[in-house]
Amino acid sequence: MTQSSSFDSADHTIVDGVHYHQFDVVIVGAGGAGMRAAIEAGPHAKTAVISKLYPTRSHTGAAQGGMAAALANVEEDNWEWHTFDTIKGGDYLVDQDAAEILAKEAIDAVLDLENMGLPFNRTPEGKIDQRRFGGHTRDHGKAPVRRACYAADRTGHMILQTLYQNCVKHGINFFNEYYVLDLVMTNVDGVDQPSGVVAYDLSTGELHVFQAKAIIFATGGFGKIYKTTSNAHTLTGDGVGIIWRKGLPLEDMEFFQFHPTGLAGLGILLTEGARGEGAILRNASGERFMERYAPTIKDLAPRDIVARCMVQEVAEGRGAGPNKDYVYLDCTHLGAEVLETKLPDITEFARTYLGVDPVTEPVPVMPTAHYAMGGIPTNVNAEVLRDNTTVVPGLYAAGECACVSVHGSNRLGTNSLLDINVFGKRAGNNAVEYVKTAEFTPLPKDPAAAVRGLIDGIRNSTGTERVSVLRKELQDMMDAKAQVFRTDESLAEVTQTIHTLRERYKNVAVQDKGRRFNTDLLEAVELGFLLDLAEVVVYSARNRKESRGGHMRDDYPNRDDETYMKHTMAYLSGDPHSADAADHIRLDWKPVTVTRYQPMERKY
Amino acid sequence: MSTTTIAADRPGNADPAITPFTVTFLIRRFDPEVDEEPRWQDFDVEMYATDRVLDALHKIKWEQDGSLTFRRSCAHGICGSDAMRINGRNRLACKTLIKDLDISKPIYVEAIKGLPLEKDLIVDMEPFFASFREVQPFLIANKAPEGGKERIQTVAQRERFDDTTKCILCAACTSSCPVFWTDGQYFGPAAIVNAHRFIFDSRDEDAKVRLDILNDKEGVWRCRTTFNCSEACPRGIQVTQAIAEVKQAIMRGKP
Ligand SMILES: Cc1cc2nc3c(=O)[nH]c(=O)nc-3n(C[C@H](O)[C@H](O)[C@H](O)COP(=O)(O)OP(=O)(O)OC[C@H]3O[C@@H](n4cnc5c(N)ncnc54)[C@H](O)[C@@H]3O)c2cc1C
Ligand code: FES
Repeated sequence: MTQSSSFDSADHTIVDGVHYHQFDVVIVGAGGAGMRAAIEAGPHAKTAVISKLYPTRSHTGAAQGGMAAALANVEEDNWEWHTFDTIKGGDYLVDQDAAEILAKEAIDAVLDLENMGLPFNRTPEGKIDQRRFGGHTRDHGKAPVRRACYAADRTGHMILQTLYQNCVKHGINFFNEYYVLDLVMTNVDGVDQPSGVVAYDLSTGELHVFQAKAIIFATGGFGKIYKTTSNAHTLTGDGVGIIWRKGLPLEDMEFFQFHPTGLAGLGILLTEGARGEGAILRNASGERFMERYAPTIKDLAPRDIVARCMVQEVAEGRGAGPNKDYVYLDCTHLGAEVLETKLPDITEFARTYLGVDPVTEPVPVMPTAHYAMGGIPTNVNAEVLRDNTTVVPGLYAAGECACVSVHGSNRLGTNSLLDINVFGKRAGNNAVEYVKTAEFTPLPKDPAAAVRGLIDGIRNSTGTERVSVLRKELQDMMDAKAQVFRTDESLAEVTQTIHTLRERYKNVAVQDKGRRFNTDLLEAVELGFLLDLAEVVVYSARNRKESRGGHMRDDYPNRDDETYMKHTMAYLSGDPHSADAADHIRLDWKPVTVTRYQPMERKY
Repeated sequence: MSTTTIAADRPGNADPAITPFTVTFLIRRFDPEVDEEPRWQDFDVEMYATDRVLDALHKIKWEQDGSLTFRRSCAHGICGSDAMRINGRNRLACKTLIKDLDISKPIYVEAIKGLPLEKDLIVDMEPFFASFREVQPFLIANKAPEGGKERIQTVAQRERFDDTTKCILCAACTSSCPVFWTDGQYFGPAAIVNAHRFIFDSRDEDAKVRLDILNDKEGVWRCRTTFNCSEACPRGIQVTQAIAEVKQAIMRGKP
């Protein structure tokens, strides 16, 4: 349903059952990145936000621990240290010019939010309070630093609410529960230019074409390619998948972050902020094992390192529990007061979902698929790239769906809430600038044809395959073979599975044939994106024969800067259904931008 | 969250004595393209004690009847998508564990009340969000903070409105309110909670406007203090107390 009265006839016509709208700026996604962009664009250009969820349901709301900014409110800090930590944390695959922007603009990004009303926790002097987080250090790695601005363990909730509140204030047009399923490209003088998007209205089953001068993708991540994940059911990577199907590149897709502390067996996240407040990881014998792996910052080492150590502890028989298959997050020494005031939500999650009380018992945890470092390549202006350097005019991406790249091969905690604010704002501003002089690109004939074909194909299919069965096979296989540790063999196996699943997907059918609120149908569409993206992840991972950040190859355990200090760029080319992925995925490289920091060995 | 959560996978539940059992769900179905009236349909589902009602709905949708329709996203009580009536009480399906329900009888699941029914467990949320928007749910502060920095707020001032910042707009409170059921114009508890969040924020300069809005005949005075809302809130917000505080503020003419 639309949330505001955007259906005035002036900007809305119906042709052959398809609704047509015109906006200067169309933003796809109403999470943190999309709404931050909308707050910039809305007051200056005719703007619409299209979202498959009501804005406040977006997964930004699940973020817990904090948002980094070197405010130096509680101890000495500066944005250069933050830049360095981001680059080192990303194992030197970070574009350093982008990291500088991230760290520098962080300060205003936090102040913007505070000024918009975000209720941050406060210091005794009434300033924004800050806590420790993994990989954020004082003076280039000397000791952990308090850099994460937070609101209890509900920072993402507060960001999402605050941004939505401000969108209400600015009267932003929302099209809620509209699923964008295609980007419309028009061939202009031999070059494909974006001219709009096509959305499926969940409530009616009708198609809507939104013609726009500027389009911003802010569709979030795709953690649902994995079984054990902190991501929502709806994080199926639609936006990234749409870009992929258009033949535009995806960058660094092999780098997926596994967050160390997911509730064992469930994947529900317990924030790193718990360790920031002093919680400790222990193996079955109670040993604080991180001391052995990262003697300086121990439990506050970056996530890739901690996740690997946990898996290794378990692999070597030191796991806890009846099946020795998890480790413990010990918060018992923090006391009820700290848990109830600074970490209330995760305390409740452990109680509700595992029946474990963190005040008195250690909590069983294991790594959970958490964050896509890769995605739609953009420059620092959030403009989408069609190759290593060429911008697609009028097309922008921001947030988890984008790859700037500020996270390189491993994102530091609290840098994503920062990313969505800094680059969401940039995307909104730059789109406004762009539409001031740009004209509408004409729509091609019947721009909704492809989506109609996709939807009707699934709705009318008499096939025998079920979405839930295929999805489960994909997710199980990705957890088993493409998780924290990977080898050529394991990746080859999952490649084969994905190919088979993609073949079976052609034969998928849904039971709900109706038009209204057909979530059965949408789950089938989402599965299509998951299968495409999983294939790119695995294919890119197989090609990177080194270990770096979130990508750990057991068969190539070292980082190899000589050959691989560069970004992967994957392109769809050829028949998407050819049996061998090599026949439809072309890989290329893109250099890493290095400004000040030469790669060093990554020790903590 | 794993797709289907099987208790045996879970730590602490590896006890072989824990085995799945069959639970009967009675779900109030409504297909707007076919049905004149909602109808109850029963499903038997294999469940573990630590499974959530949301897991049951997924199992039904994924294994038995793909047309069963409901909203959900985060699956751990954060996004506010899946408020529904479970055994007559408003709850989030993702936060309601089977072990906390009486499974000797069927478990009744139906859409929340007071908002137009769209399909199965989905209602039209638009009237709910419209009330929310009406209370001016955003910080109104015209003075720029000093030095281009953050506004100063003491720990105690921040604490004053902490409870009402937790709202996830799931509508469990509003749609449990008997006044809201009978009077569609009433703002409802969630909108008042969100007004409270700003009225008592020391940085806000326009409490007066919101107090005036809520002093309206469809405002706080409709509340009959039945406490349904506080009981329904999955975030543990003391909703009735928040409403009482807004009433007092109206009488004082200031927060
Ligand atoms: C449990 C958890 C805790 C986290 N904690 C932290 C933290 O403490 N600090 C930190 O920095 N980061 C944290 N992160 C990461 C961070 O929260 C996310 O990376 C970030 O919020 C993503 O924001 P986004 O705006 O890009 O996407 P999202 O908030 O996921 O929003 C995506 C939007 O796109 C829309 N959408 C998707 N597909 C379509 C489509 N086809 N059509 C229309 N709309 C579509 C959705 O409706 C939604 O509105 C956490 C992540 C998780 C999962
Ligand atoms: S699915 Fe998000 S609150 Fe239940």
